[in-house]
Amino acid sequence: MKIVVAIKQVPERDAQVRIDASGKWIEESDLQFAMNESDAYALEEALQLKEKHGGEVVVISAGPERTGSTIREALAKGADRGIHVDCGDLGQRDALGVARLLAAALKPESPDLVLTGLQSDDLGYGQTGVIIAELLDLPHASLVLHVEKTDAGLTVKRELEEGWFQNIELATPAVLAIQSGGNKLRYATLMGIKKAKTKEVRRVTAAELGVDGAPAAVLERITLPQKQKSTQILPGTAKESAAALVEKLKFEVRVI
Amino acid sequence: MSGVWVVLEERGGRIGRISWEAVAAGQQLASQLNMKANVLLIGSQTEAFAAEAATKGLAKVVRIEHPLLALYTADGFSLALEQFCRSENPDYVVFPHTYQVRDYAPALAARLNRVLISDVTAISEGPAFTRQLMQGRLSGSYRPSGTGPCFLSVQSGAFRAETAEEGNAEVAKFTPEIAPEQIRTKPSEPFRGSAQTVDLGSAQFIVAVGRGIKEADNLSIVQDLATALGAELAASRPICDNGWLPLERQVGSSGQTVAPKVYLAVGISGAIQHLVGIKGSQCIVAINKDPEAPIFEVADYGIVGDLFEVVPALTDALKSAKQ
Repeated sequence: MKIVVAIKQVPERDAQVRIDASGKWIEESDLQFAMNESDAYALEEALQLKEKHGGEVVVISAGPERTGSTIREALAKGADRGIHVDCGDLGQRDALGVARLLAAALKPESPDLVLTGLQSDDLGYGQTGVIIAELLDLPHASLVLHVEKTDAGLTVKRELEEGWFQNIELATPAVLAIQSGGNKLRYATLMGIKKAKTKEVRRVTAAELGVDGAPAAVLERITLPQKQKSTQILPGTAKESAAALVEKLKFEVRVI
Repeated sequence: MSGVWVVLEERGGRIGRISWEAVAAGQQLASQLNMKANVLLIGSQTEAFAAEAATKGLAKVVRIEHPLLALYTADGFSLALEQFCRSENPDYVVFPHTYQVRDYAPALAARLNRVLISDVTAISEGPAFTRQLMQGRLSGSYRPSGTGPCFLSVQSGAFRAETAEEGNAEVAKFTPEIAPEQIRTKPSEPFRGSAQTVDLGSAQFIVAVGRGIKEADNLSIVQDLATALGAELAASRPICDNGWLPLERQVGSSGQTVAPKVYLAVGISGAIQHLVGIKGSQCIVAINKDPEAPIFEVADYGIVGDLFEVVPALTDALKSAKQ
C-alpha cells in the first residue's frame, strides 16, 4: 500500500504568539515550530499500516524553508521519503488554496491512501483532508480513529459526538482525516534520525504546481480575543493564592 | 432566489440546540444584510422537523428529500446541497459546526469553488466573520471574497438559540437526483463506546486536568485535590488520548458536557473544543502557569502559577477549611 501523509508545521504548543506589524499574521521570528498533533497521529497510522501490509509512506508538507525540519522528523520516525511544497504565504491561502497545492503535488504519486490530521493547531480550519478528497475525486472519511484493510478496501472507525462511533466501508484509493488518540505515538530512534538524513526530500514550488492563489475567504485582521468574563486573579505564593481561593469558594461562591 | 439559508441537522430523532443556534446566527446575518432567512432540512423523511422549523420566524423551509439521504453520507449530503445551491443560488449557507458538517461541508464548498469559513463565533458588519486562531489565543476576522455562495459554520454556544423568532414559514420540497453508485461510502449504524459509568454531567464539583500535568504519575496530586473538594476527576482530550485517564472522564466537544457548581481546571490551556463542554459551569477556576492561556478568558477565579505547588497547597487549604 502506498500512503501519502500530509503534515503541517505549526507553532509549538504553549508558544507565546504575538500579532505582527501588519495585523494580519503572527510574529514568527522568535517562535519554535513542531509537527501538528493530529498529523502526528496520521503519520503513526500510516507507519502501522505499512508495518502490517508493506508498501511505502511518503510525507508531504507545504510551508517555508523551516518546514524541512518537520519533514525530517517524519522521516526519522519511519516515513520513506518527503515532498516539500515550498510556499511562503501559507497563512494567506484559505483551506481550499492549501488543499489545491497539496492535491496537485501528491496526485502524480497515485497513492492508495492519503492521510491527513483532522485539524491544525494554528489556524484550525479542519478541512484539508476533506477538500483534497474532493479535488482528487476520491471517497473520504473524517474523524477516523482506526483503519482496517479489507479485501474490498477499508473499514474505518469514525468518532461521532457524545461518545458515539461508527464504522464505514470505503474503496481505495481514499482520503482519511485522522483524529488524535487512535494510536500511541512513537518517538524517533537514534538510528531513525541518522537514516532520515539520507532519505529523499523532493522540493516543488507553488508556482511550479500552477495553483491559483486567489482565496475565497480572506483573513483580514488578527486581534486578541475578547474576554468573556472578568477573571479575579488571586496573587501571591502558592499557599497564599490557595488560601484566597478557599475563602472565595466559601464566602463568594458559597459552595464549601 | 437568494438570501441566507441555514442547514438544520437531525440527531437522535430531533433537531439539536446547535441547529437552532445556527438559525439565530442566520437571522442575525439576514437582518444585517436586509435579506430573508430560510432553512434547509436534509433526509428521507423531514416533514415533522419542517413543521417545527416553520414556527421560527423564517421565510421558507425547504425539505431536501431522497431515499438515499436516510442515513448520512458525505457524498449524498454534498450532492444534494450542491444541486440545491446551483438551482437556488443562496448568498449565504450557514451550518451548525458539528462533526457531521465538518465531514462534508468543506467538500461541498470546494465543489462550488468556494471555501467554508468554519467555527464562526461572531458576525460583524460587512459582514465579517470571527473565528479563533492558535487554539483560542488569538482571534481572526474573515471576509468572503469572489463570487458564489459564502459557506460558514457556527460554533456551539456562540449564538443564543432563545433569540430565534416566531413565525409561520412556507414549506417547500426539493428533490435532488442521486444515483446509488454516487455514494462511495457504506456507513453502519452508530454505536456507543464502552459503557459509561461516570456521569460527569450531573457532578456538582469537577476537578479537571490537562496537559500541564506532564506525566501520568503526577495525576495523584490532582486526584487528592478532587477528593478534598468532593469532586469528580475529569480531563481534557490529550490526557485521555494518552490513555492516562479513561475516555469517559473526558470533557469537551468529543467528551461529556458538564454544568457543575465549580469547575476547577488544572493545567488546561482552554482550547475551544474543551471550553464548549464547560460553558454551563456556575463557577470556573483556572490554575495555569501561562497568564495568556485562553482558559482565563472564561474563568471566574484564576491562579497563575506552577500547578505542582498550587495544587498541593489548595488540597491542604481545603482540608483545613472542611475540618
